[in-house]
Amino acid sequence: MMDVEEERLCLFGIADCSLLPPTIMVRLITHNLLACHAKDCNANNFPLQFKDVKLEFREADFNPDFLKGFMPKIEWKALVDTARELGDTSLPLEQPEMLDDDFLKNLHHVLLEIHVEEGSMTCPNCNHVYPISNGIPNMLLAEHEIG
Amino acid sequence: MSRPELQAPPEIYYGDAEAKKYTQNTRNQQIQRDMTYRALELLALPSDQPAFLLDIGCGSGLSGEILDEEGYVWAGVDIAPSMLEVALEREVEGDLFLQDIGQGFGFRPGSFDGAISISVLQWLLNAETSHPTSSPPHRLNRFFTTLHSALRNPSRVVLQFYPSSDDQIQLITSVAQKAGFGGGIVVDYPNSKKARKVFLCLLVGGGVGQQQVPQGLQGEEEEDSKARCERRREREKLRTKSGKRKSVKDKDWILKKKELYRKRGKEGVPNDSKYTGRKRRAVF
Repeated sequence: MMDVEEERLCLFGIADCSLLPPTIMVRLITHNLLACHAKDCNANNFPLQFKDVKLEFREADFNPDFLKGFMPKIEWKALVDTARELGDTSLPLEQPEMLDDDFLKNLHHVLLEIHVEEGSMTCPNCNHVYPISNGIPNMLLAEHEIG
Repeated sequence: MSRPELQAPPEIYYGDAEAKKYTQNTRNQQIQRDMTYRALELLALPSDQPAFLLDIGCGSGLSGEILDEEGYVWAGVDIAPSMLEVALEREVEGDLFLQDIGQGFGFRPGSFDGAISISVLQWLLNAETSHPTSSPPHRLNRFFTTLHSALRNPSRVVLQFYPSSDDQIQLITSVAQKAGFGGGIVVDYPNSKKARKVFLCLLVGGGVGQQQVPQGLQGEEEEDSKARCERRREREKLRTKSGKRKSVKDKDWILKKKELYRKRGKEGVPNDSKYTGRKRRAVF
């Protein structure tokens, strides 16, 4: 886990990052679907913990229909926890029943507009580290880790 | 030259140079584009709901671009870092993962509304090392079981690939069935050597009769799917009855050209006569 001071430092990097040309990154929409796939790592392997992240925000087209269709797939607690870890507190702790426009806008921002550019993801169970570089997570396993 | 999957593993074959070459080749782009549209057609997604798709072996994002155009949100996996680098340069919209599909996916159950894969599956059919996890059946099994669990019920996967024998098709379909998939092989233009395309169309869930394997395209290939040089070759085949090749610059051609020059107002275009386009006698 990152301590608060370190986290703040990472978040300060945001302003500088946003000046860079846009590239693709890991977004929370895929992070929320991603569990560890190493051998015999079957329980408690989700969500992967972000570490030393460099964030970037990039606008995406708002599509309420897609979000509504996607809602049932979301592990809500994992999403809120990860979003808070990355410094975004706009989502409520409990998944709301009513989907109003403000909520959907916040959800859209968290799912599709926060990009993790650099850093790593660590499995909470087996501690396998998936490094992220240039926004592409390296999901390759060593031979002895293949299931 | 033998097929690429027999030359080197994908992450090595698609190095920096080959990745660029592959992406910039307009013929590749065209083929990839056609096959992606066909795969989407076979995927038969409901049109009222924007779907979240997985592009298996997304490479440089040639098919991802089409998914973007069609309004899908997608994630892509590929094993070749150079290809992903090209995808980064091309600024595709989807999330990319560096992943060996033979090692399986880690996506949570029910993550995706569908998956497509263009020209990838044949890469799983070669063993790189003697380790048991490197054998094709093991890798295929890992791939299909984790893919099956990552998909929503009901949904479909369309995988276009180039099998080199019927045994390979047999192996792939049997592993896919063991992983829980329904469905089967769809062959487009089965009688054409060039246009023939093999799609593995896998179904997840759905009761009997609800989901059916679509039909392959029959008959002759479309005009558009022919290569440019193929058409020229055909034209050259048109010879006169005597067996001699027809002269390209015959009387019709000359008359057409002269007409064109006159229309453009060019000066000094010779008049047409019965001698136009006739051969001179040898004594001349």
